[in-house]
This record gives sequence, structure tokens and C-alpha cells, in this order.
Amino acid sequence: MGAQLRVYKRRIRAVTATKKITKAMEMIAASRIVKAQRKVAASMPYATELTRAVTAVATGSTTKHPLTTEAEAPARAAIVLITSDRGLAGGYSSNAIKAADRLTERLRGEGKEVDTYIVGRKGVAYYGFRERKVAESWTGFTDSPSYADAKNVAAPLIEAIQTETAEGGVDELHIVFTEFVSMMTQNPVDDRMLPLSLEKVQEESSTKGEILPLFDFEPSAEDVLDALLPRYVESRIYNALLQSAASEHAARRRAMKSATDNAGDLVKSLSRLANAARQAEITQEISEIVGGASAMADASAGSDK
Amino acid sequence: MAAELHVELVAADRNVWSGEATLVVARTTSGDIGVMPGHQPLLGVLESGPVTIRTSEGGTVVAAVHGGFISFADNKLSLLAEIAELADEIDVQRAERALESAKSEEDAGAERRADVRLRAATGQ
Repeated sequence: MGAQLRVYKRRIRAVTATKKITKAMEMIAASRIVKAQRKVAASMPYATELTRAVTAVATGSTTKHPLTTEAEAPARAAIVLITSDRGLAGGYSSNAIKAADRLTERLRGEGKEVDTYIVGRKGVAYYGFRERKVAESWTGFTDSPSYADAKNVAAPLIEAIQTETAEGGVDELHIVFTEFVSMMTQNPVDDRMLPLSLEKVQEESSTKGEILPLFDFEPSAEDVLDALLPRYVESRIYNALLQSAASEHAARRRAMKSATDNAGDLVKSLSRLANAARQAEITQEISEIVGGASAMADASAGSDK
Repeated sequence: MAAELHVELVAADRNVWSGEATLVVARTTSGDIGVMPGHQPLLGVLESGPVTIRTSEGGTVVAAVHGGFISFADNKLSLLAEIAELADEIDVQRAERALESAKSEEDAGAERRADVRLRAATGQ
């Protein structure tokens, strides 16, 4: 076998092996999307009920709570950025990081200091490499986050927003995550969680236009709001984590699908080249034989004379 | 037919129970509260504790609820909880073990959770 042909054969083998791996990853990701979507759906009743309750308290009472009123001069904001733990998901993590960068830029432009909280190894690595300050980070659960993980993430944020700004607290809480629109579309979005803007909450909940009854608060409106808001933050973070997980799997599936397709194309074109090389080899051999035979014939014809 | 109210018992990650009921008893921070059909709209903070739902078929559903809210409006009652378990889902032996270990580690929160779980499961 010619050297050229051997090299092609080896490359075809290597690409075929890669294709098998990407194909397997694609199928794994596809099966996980469904699971992640189911989790998002399962968390919806709690989220909607909670949003309804928050809207009810905030509209049904005249309570002024620090978490629903905007600070006069917000000086600090916290951003939670949700990325993935693992790569090979196309632009998933870098798109979320870019969205966070844009938001940071905007908040800095408004004269606010920004504290960044990061979920996922990719985001941590990105910030670590650029030596940017990270207030806190969590890794290891972006594949299938549980409610306990969301609580862990929410705890320092709630604490930060409840402390006075002068003592290192924050005035605003933003979250950057990847919204799961469909199997093909996932959008990085940024969203302000606190202070709560009521119009937005009403938009999100299905209670739009519905007039909420006057509630009796037990023990009091302030206490209910006090207890509700941390749960609200946790539930929002949980929802963001779940959506991000679904988006991550969808992005990975798509990235792996195109990798598989590319590998297929590569195998095809390499096979063509290998065939051409083999054919050239055969042609060369034939012409060598023919040439040799005619040379021999010429030589023997010459000696006969 | 007796008046009924619609109950949704929802945990953070799943819908635990939903159905029609005639009476729901839950523990709020200011004491036990019983809600019957036609109650005034209510929004309250729940303590960790068992919730008893008297269903319209005459049965009783007991659940252990940790950290949540009760809200009632338009004859619809929602119980929101971070963690909610129905009594028949609770593994009594496991809860007992959890109670023991929480006691020995003096973890008040875990002890309380395990205690509530046990009480809901054994119906005391």
C-alpha cells in the first residue's frame, strides 16, 4: 500500500471514532433535555403560586418593604451568572458570559459597583483567567440542579441585599441565565430580581388583569412579605438554574449534531481522496507493468535480430 | 353536598397533592388555622408542621410541610412549601434514624424536620 493511501486510511479511522463519540454525546444530551424540561414544568406550579402571592401582598397592602422599593441612589448591584460546568456545548457558556459582561458594563455606566456571583465551572474559569473579582461561586450541579442547590446560591444573595449598602450590602439583584425557548433556540437573558418591579411580576404571572381579593395576612403583611421574598428569590434562581440546564443540554445536542455531521462530511471527502489515491496507485502499477513488458519485448526482439 | 374547596399542595419541585377538600388545618407562625369553604381570603406563613386535609370523600391526607405559605382565595387554597411529603411517602424508620442523628449532632433544624415528618407519618 502506498504511503499516501495509508495516511488517508488512518485519518478516516480517527474521524470515524470521533464521530461515534459525538453521536453518543448528542443522544445523551437529547435524552437529558427531555428530563430537564420535565423538571422545569414540575417547578412551574410553585413558581406561579409564589408570584401570585407576592403580587397579592405587594398590591393588596400599603406595606413599604425595602425589597420592593427602589433605593434612591443605588450604589451596588449583584449579578448572578449561570454557566455550565462542562464544555462542548457550542456558544452556550460564552453567550451567557457575554450577556453578563454587557450588563456589568451597563450597571457600571450607571455608577454602580458590581459584585459577581458565578454558577458553573466555565464562568469561574473565564473570570479566574482574567483575574476578575468573584464574590462567590458554585460548581458541580449545573447538569441537574436541585432546590437545595438553588437555596445555597440564594442564601448569600439574600444576605447581601438585606445588609446596608454601606456595610457591603447590595441594592439590586440581577440574574443572567439562558432562557430555554425551544429545542433550537436558547437566549441569554438578564433580569432584575430585586427590588421587585410590580408591573413585571404581573406580566410574568397569569394574573394579568385579574383583580386580586383583599387578603387577610397572617400574622401581618410585613411578616408575610419578609418570609415571601427570600422564597421568591430562591424560586427564581431555581427556575433559572433549571432553564439553564435545559438550555445547556439543548446547546450541547446541537453542537454535537453539527460535529457529527461535519465528521460525516470529512469521512466522505477523505474516502474520495483515498479512492483517488488507490486508483492512481493502480494506474501507476499497470503502466509500470506495461512499460516493463514492452521494454522486455523490445529487448528480446532486438537480440533475435 | 357539602361545600368544597380546591386544594393544591405544591412543593418547590413538584405538585404533591391536589383535590377537593372540606377542611384544611395548617400551622401558621401565629398558631393552627383551619380553613373551610368560603373562608375570607388569607395569606399566611406556615411553620414546619403537619398539614391535615379532610378530603370531600371523607378521607384524610396528612403531609409534612417545611417552610411555606398558605393562601386562600376564591375557594382555592394553595399550600406552598419548599419541601412537602405526604404521610404515606414518609419512611418512618428513616425519619427515626434522622431524628436520632440530628439529636446527637444537636442540629435543631434537622431535628425539627425529622420530628415533623415522624408526627405526620404516625398521625400523632
